[in-house]
Amino acid sequence: KERTDIPRVKMKELDPAYRVTNREEVNCGLTPEQAVLEATRCLDCVEPLCMTGCPVGINIPKFIKNIERGDFREAARTLKETSALPAVCGRVCPQERQCESKCFYLQKLKKEPIAIGYLERFAADYEQASGEVALPDMKPDNGIKIAVVGSGPCGLSFAGDMAKLGYRVTVFEALHEIGGVLKYGIPEFRLPNRIVDVEIDSLRRMGVEFMTDCIVGKTLSYDDLHEMGFKGIMVASGAGLPRFMNIPGENLNGVMSSNEYLTRVNLMDAANPESDTPVYKGHRVAVIGGGNTAMDSVRTARRLGADRAMIVYRRSEAEMPARQEEVHHAKQEGVEFLTLHNPIEYIGDERGRVRQMKLQKMELGEPDASGRRSPVPIPGAIETIDVDEVIVSVGVSPNPLVPNAIEGLEVTPKGTIVVNADTLQSALPDIYAGGDIVRGGATVILAMGDGRRAAAAMHEALQKQQRSA
Amino acid sequence: MNKIVAKEHFSEKVVKLVVEAPLIARARKAGHFVIVRVGEKGERIPLTIAEADTQAGTITLVVQAVGKSSAKLCALNPGDYITDVVGPLGKATHIEHFGTVVCCGGGVGCAPLLPIVEAMKAAGNRVITVLAARTKELIILEEQMRKYSDEVIVMTDDGSYGHKGLVTQGVEEVIKREKVDLCVTIGPAVMMKFVALLTEKYHIPTVASLNTIMVDGTGMCGACRITVGGKTRFVCIDGPEFDAHQVDFDEMLMRLSSYKDVE
Ligand SMILES: Cc1cc2nc3c(=O)[nH]c(=O)nc-3n(C[C@H](O)[C@H](O)[C@H](O)COP(=O)(O)OP(=O)(O)OC[C@H]3O[C@@H](n4cnc5c(N)ncnc54)[C@H](O)[C@@H]3O)c2cc1C
Ligand SMILES: Cc1cc2nc3c(=O)[nH]c(=O)nc-3n(C[C@H](O)[C@H](O)[C@H](O)COP(=O)(O)OP(=O)(O)OC[C@H]3O[C@@H](n4cnc5c(N)ncnc54)[C@H](O)[C@@H]3O)c2cc1C
Ligand code: SF4
Ligand code: SF4
Ligand code: FES
Ligand SMILES: [Mg+2]
Repeated sequence: KERTDIPRVKMKELDPAYRVTNREEVNCGLTPEQAVLEATRCLDCVEPLCMTGCPVGINIPKFIKNIERGDFREAARTLKETSALPAVCGRVCPQERQCESKCFYLQKLKKEPIAIGYLERFAADYEQASGEVALPDMKPDNGIKIAVVGSGPCGLSFAGDMAKLGYRVTVFEALHEIGGVLKYGIPEFRLPNRIVDVEIDSLRRMGVEFMTDCIVGKTLSYDDLHEMGFKGIMVASGAGLPRFMNIPGENLNGVMSSNEYLTRVNLMDAANPESDTPVYKGHRVAVIGGGNTAMDSVRTARRLGADRAMIVYRRSEAEMPARQEEVHHAKQEGVEFLTLHNPIEYIGDERGRVRQMKLQKMELGEPDASGRRSPVPIPGAIETIDVDEVIVSVGVSPNPLVPNAIEGLEVTPKGTIVVNADTLQSALPDIYAGGDIVRGGATVILAMGDGRRAAAAMHEALQKQQRSA
Repeated sequence: MNKIVAKEHFSEKVVKLVVEAPLIARARKAGHFVIVRVGEKGERIPLTIAEADTQAGTITLVVQAVGKSSAKLCALNPGDYITDVVGPLGKATHIEHFGTVVCCGGGVGCAPLLPIVEAMKAAGNRVITVLAARTKELIILEEQMRKYSDEVIVMTDDGSYGHKGLVTQGVEEVIKREKVDLCVTIGPAVMMKFVALLTEKYHIPTVASLNTIMVDGTGMCGACRITVGGKTRFVCIDGPEFDAHQVDFDEMLMRLSSYKDVE
């Protein structure tokens, strides 16, 4: 009984006044004592509802009970049975809407759910810190070559599973860095690069080859991949195309996409004086949007010295798609939230630099197609605010490079690749696809899960082919 | 990592680099560009592929040192490595038999013009090339251009070589003399703006190759966006070539100065 009386653990985090001066990770992780105590709360439910909330169905009670027993390594092993990137997902999953939202504590006891994400991160970090990241059991080399297009979470998890099964995997990446959004998008203060690098290093040790600066559809064609002997191709090219709002003044200097802003800061290290890449360090920065990308941008702007960093979002806070924790952290860091505001115009100076934004105030109307109450303009309620930098973070579309370059791929009007829902096989039998290029902007865990499902399905198809050959 | 195998100085600030890049050499077409990065703290900058040798597996870049990153690249020597070279990027030039094509390049814009001149000639066009620069030393690639052009007209601002005057004067001379079916222009944005104004007056279809600021070159960031025909387009994936009469050159000029204060 007394398990349920233990309060949910609080993770130590850096002080807001300190953390806005640097890029250190905000969440400090749990101590072993904290982790064991939090794990003790878990009731090891006979029907663990939490698992139904995890898109990849991690055996949550099993890994948590391993932590309770103090067998942290075994906990990490349990996680890895299902998730290729637990140290990442423990940090970036929207747990409050996934696993934790289904936890018995919340559903039945009306108490705070088990901190599943924190515990997942703890176990994975413990294993990483031990310096002995266990490589999975590998099947012997079967000599079959597999190509992966894109090195984000989808491509990486696919590569890991295929390597395990004995395939010779090469990952092609357009950028000069491996990791996709995990590197160029999500900032260091939320997901340190070293966490991702450990996973990449494991893949390397498993024999996965990486070829950066190589764009499939440009540097190498579909035919080239065949000529090189690749028997299966996984397209995990992400949703890299930023959307703009097409309002007056959007092409002024100082107005940019969150992809551009975050790429400059994260991939190009532009805030570092030693970097050759420039970045604006605005004093009054407005970020348009309410998703994770918007929160990452606005918190980055604070760290680059913005006195006034604002989120401009056309709905109310309840509809914001960002992780709760990011919104919370942003507020602690002094970010202003202009909800129910929508930009309608940017105004520049004589040199074409953005100086002001015009915002239309909104109110909530009827629910729209997404089930959320739709924002409606309040006639005449327009406000003008001084800004010197605007970061547009209103969503991304699928990267059109691969769909444009490979004839015969079936593509939806939105630009996503059409695949079989179970096998993730595309209209071209040797091409599978998953992650954001199939789902539009989604999540790390969904992308990762797609990678794993596609690997299983491709393996089965290739085995069938071999048997009949 | 791509090795530099040869280097030649065209002028004090303009160098030609021959770089090992077998996959790019094989895949590239006229109009394509690459993105290069020099050093681990280096910036990603776009450069047109001026020539390629599929046998040797090399591409040729002609680079003008205008700022930090281009200067770093120009300082490299044969045997040195460029940290990253990725491509070929952008849409290839639309090449067909148009009839008479005037290709005009200003300054280092002559480098990206060369493969287009070559391809236009190969497609059976009558090619008249107008090369322009401030002064004699800055006229580059003249010899190579002559190989593929029916005529080469050289213009210098100071009259130190060829005719004295602007590129537009050279182009207008041709237009007044004979029927021109297409004009291709590459150079500084101001130059392209005035070429576009000129050819619009004469109703000659004109293609401009735009050199906006870029980061990734794959459509991911939007830094290269520009207004064409009232619509926002991304130069790296929708271009770099556009109908010059539709391009908002004033906006482009403004956007090119984007990071002037920051750098
Ligand atoms: C700033 C930001 C914050 C986010 N925060 C969260 C979060 O907190 N939690 C969460 O769950 N999700 C978050 N997301 C979403 C999540 O990151 C994505 O859903 C996920 O990364 C998609 O994975 P992917 O493997 O499909 O694609 P990506 O991670 O986009 O990787 C695709 C890779 O493919 C490469 N590529 C593209 N085309 C080619 C080609 N033709 N040849 C070779 N390579 C190519 C790209 O360069 C890229 O590296 C965030 C996204 C952003 C941008
Ligand atoms: C498709 C394309 C093809 C090009 N081909 C060539 C070529 O063949 N030879 C050549 O010499 N130059 C070419 N350029 C221009 C070249 O990329 C720029 O001169 C170079 O990036 C300048 O960088 P910098 O750091 O040396 O100069 P900076 O001091 O940073 O800037 C000088 C000027 O260069 C431009 N610029 C700055 N950063 C970038 C960037 N990341 N991307 C693009 N432009 C930038 C701006 O107008 C800036 O005002 C091309 C540009 C494009 C878009
Ligand atoms: S992967 Fe994400 S959703 Fe699944 S258990 Fe871990 S934190 Fe929860
Ligand atoms: S629902 Fe909650 S208490 Fe039950 S097993 Fe899952 S995490 Fe533990
Ligand atoms: S350079 Fe980034 S979208 Fe064109
Ligand atoms: Mg520069």
